[in-house]
Amino acid sequence: MSDVLPTIPPHASDSLAVLEKSRSTAETFGIPLAVLLEITHRCPLQCPYCSNPVELDRSGKELTTEEWKKVLSELAEIGVLQVHFSGGEPTARKDLVELVKHASDVGLYTNLITSAVLLTRERLSELADAGLCHVQISFQGVEEGLADRVAGYKNGHRKKLEVAKWTRELDLPLTVNAVMHRQNLHQLPDIIQMSIDLDADRLEVANVQYYGWALKNRAALMPTVAQLDECTRIVEEARERLKGTLAIDYVVPDYYALRPKKCMGGWGRQFFNISPAGKVLPCHAAESITGLDFESVRSNHSIAWIWQNSDAFNRYRGTGWMKEPCKSCEFREIDFGGCRCQAFALTGDAANTDPACALSPLHETIFKQAEREAEGETNRFLYRNFAGGTLESGNDS
Amino acid sequence: MAGPRNISVSEASRPVLPRHAKLKYDETRKVWVILAPERVLAPDEIAVEVLQLCDGERNVGDVADQLAAKYAAPREAILADVIVMLQDLADKGFLTEAREKTS
Repeated sequence: MSDVLPTIPPHASDSLAVLEKSRSTAETFGIPLAVLLEITHRCPLQCPYCSNPVELDRSGKELTTEEWKKVLSELAEIGVLQVHFSGGEPTARKDLVELVKHASDVGLYTNLITSAVLLTRERLSELADAGLCHVQISFQGVEEGLADRVAGYKNGHRKKLEVAKWTRELDLPLTVNAVMHRQNLHQLPDIIQMSIDLDADRLEVANVQYYGWALKNRAALMPTVAQLDECTRIVEEARERLKGTLAIDYVVPDYYALRPKKCMGGWGRQFFNISPAGKVLPCHAAESITGLDFESVRSNHSIAWIWQNSDAFNRYRGTGWMKEPCKSCEFREIDFGGCRCQAFALTGDAANTDPACALSPLHETIFKQAEREAEGETNRFLYRNFAGGTLESGNDS
Repeated sequence: MAGPRNISVSEASRPVLPRHAKLKYDETRKVWVILAPERVLAPDEIAVEVLQLCDGERNVGDVADQLAAKYAAPREAILADVIVMLQDLADKGFLTEAREKTS
């Protein structure tokens, strides 16, 4: 009866997230249905695969309460339907309840993407009363030992379980977000069972995507081909078995693929996010690409203008910017040459073909290296923090 | 807690959108949408009409009665279509059943 359109296509999905009046007018770049708001980069966790940039925004640069409220009003006005409050850890902002209330007042559907460890039952209840529609909690594993080690945060796992329980008691829908990698993939069947036990509506099985912090930790995180095949088999079996009970979204890593992913649904086509400091970005990793100037909500331009007209959004839109082998490739309108951030990180030029593509001259070299890392013994993490990262102690293998 | 999951839609069910799924007219794009956790669904016209009738009071049979009368169409065919549409929505996790009244 209907299309189900995921509203966050980060580095993954190929579904259309813009409701176009006519499917033939693909070049009009309508305002996205949903926007990711990274309201702070502060976070008590130190996950080594954090999707935030390595250069984090300090709290002094964050937009004020009034500035975020203005952003929310503007987003609702131009046709955005949903906002995701994310971070960093969004609950680290003292004004989160006020922001959720304002978003609800202007008619936005609100999601909270949280690590949960800072929440009290009272605050969660206040968020529900403010109109919060959905809670997504990240989990790093199924048992304290591994989960707390990955997060670099003691007793975090226990707290997450508690908050997940409160979420359902308050009648809020719950999504379990499980970021998967070599050191926790063996726990996937138990993570699925944990999601059922927590009465979650959705489970996101999100394999790590290797940019920023995760790229620095690739040798400790990269799964083997065999692990990944087993992961896919488990997800497919569980999806069938749990139809109507637990919806499972699945994000695979692209390193072992032959074709690249249609990253963000294509640059500047259906997604943007706003950074703690108010930069409007085509993707949450976009600031890793040097030489692009991202406009801020603090500038004189409206958000709609930035989306439609700014140089950073137009630079890699469509296919006009492409070089060979993308330029003449029959799949250029299907995957848009893959991920610009990955192309930049691995080749030094964001306009190159994403090396995830078998047609990239670097594909073979880079992915053989990843395979070697996956078979390797390096399990030590570089934890994410404002100091540029701290090496894990006592796990020297 | 929310209503039961894994529901099987029948003529006697009294389906309703769960609290976290909101049917809304999108003024910008001039279409009806269902807002759900990290999803936007685009229901077709018939689905919108059915969902507007699913208030947790009417059962599926009542909904089919109303539509059959409105469109002067065979009730059995409409009932079958409505059940298929609602079951699809239920399987995706965007439909629940009203709880029995306690009073």
